[in-house]
Amino acid sequence: MCNSIIQVEVIIPTQTKYLDLIGSIGEHIAKELDKFSGDREALAYHLNLVLTEATINAIKHGTLANPDDTVRITIHIQENELNIKVYDHGQGFDLESVPLPDFDHPKEGGMGIFFIRTLMDSVTYTRQGDCNVLEIIKYLS
Amino acid sequence: MNLNLEKINGCTVLFIKEARIDAHNSGELKEAVLHLIEQGEVNIIVQLEHVRFIDSSGLGALLSGYKNAAAKSGKLALANMQQQVLSMFELTRLNRVFDIYADLNEAFDSEA
Repeated sequence: MCNSIIQVEVIIPTQTKYLDLIGSIGEHIAKELDKFSGDREALAYHLNLVLTEATINAIKHGTLANPDDTVRITIHIQENELNIKVYDHGQGFDLESVPLPDFDHPKEGGMGIFFIRTLMDSVTYTRQGDCNVLEIIKYLS
Repeated sequence: MNLNLEKINGCTVLFIKEARIDAHNSGELKEAVLHLIEQGEVNIIVQLEHVRFIDSSGLGALLSGYKNAAAKSGKLALANMQQQVLSMFELTRLNRVFDIYADLNEAFDSEA
């Protein structure tokens, strides 16, 4: 017992109205984690935020010209690790070149990746076949 | 986006009647604030009591309003923020940019 594994896969059209749905899934999952001993309410908000930011990122980087384009999101929880993957079909971007926000001269954009990096433990963005994959890991203990 | 506008104690108060500000509705918020400023309402308090979630685009929309108000010698301040929402302002240091009030009375006292 207690090795319960949660696996979620959601495929949505590239429309912002689905952000609430995706974020809410993260929030609910945070409340179901048996082993997590930290601040559950904070984790719920952070997963909601990270999933929202990653999904809008994929929607923006997706093929906007194609109305049938989709974003696939998978969430796996195994042992002490929560793994999120967000797949887009766009041109991709260089994650390493995304700068930190300039806190002394704040701008309207560029805070999404900052949130993901700050609130999670590992973030990578790689090309896999015909997709780009943003992989986010959060250790739960 | 569900917004209510009221004039209270000479201040323009924008009540956001949404639980969530994200990239789906933040554009509408940004436009609404910009419209107010263009109409000469440059001193605005945004009341966030109902907002339990904000993402980077929501922060960006409020920052846009702040900058546009400041450009016309006005000010956009925030009131009644929930703790989790406030923590996003702290993480991005935007709490150093905005005047953030516990409630509208505190805002009116300070802005008077």
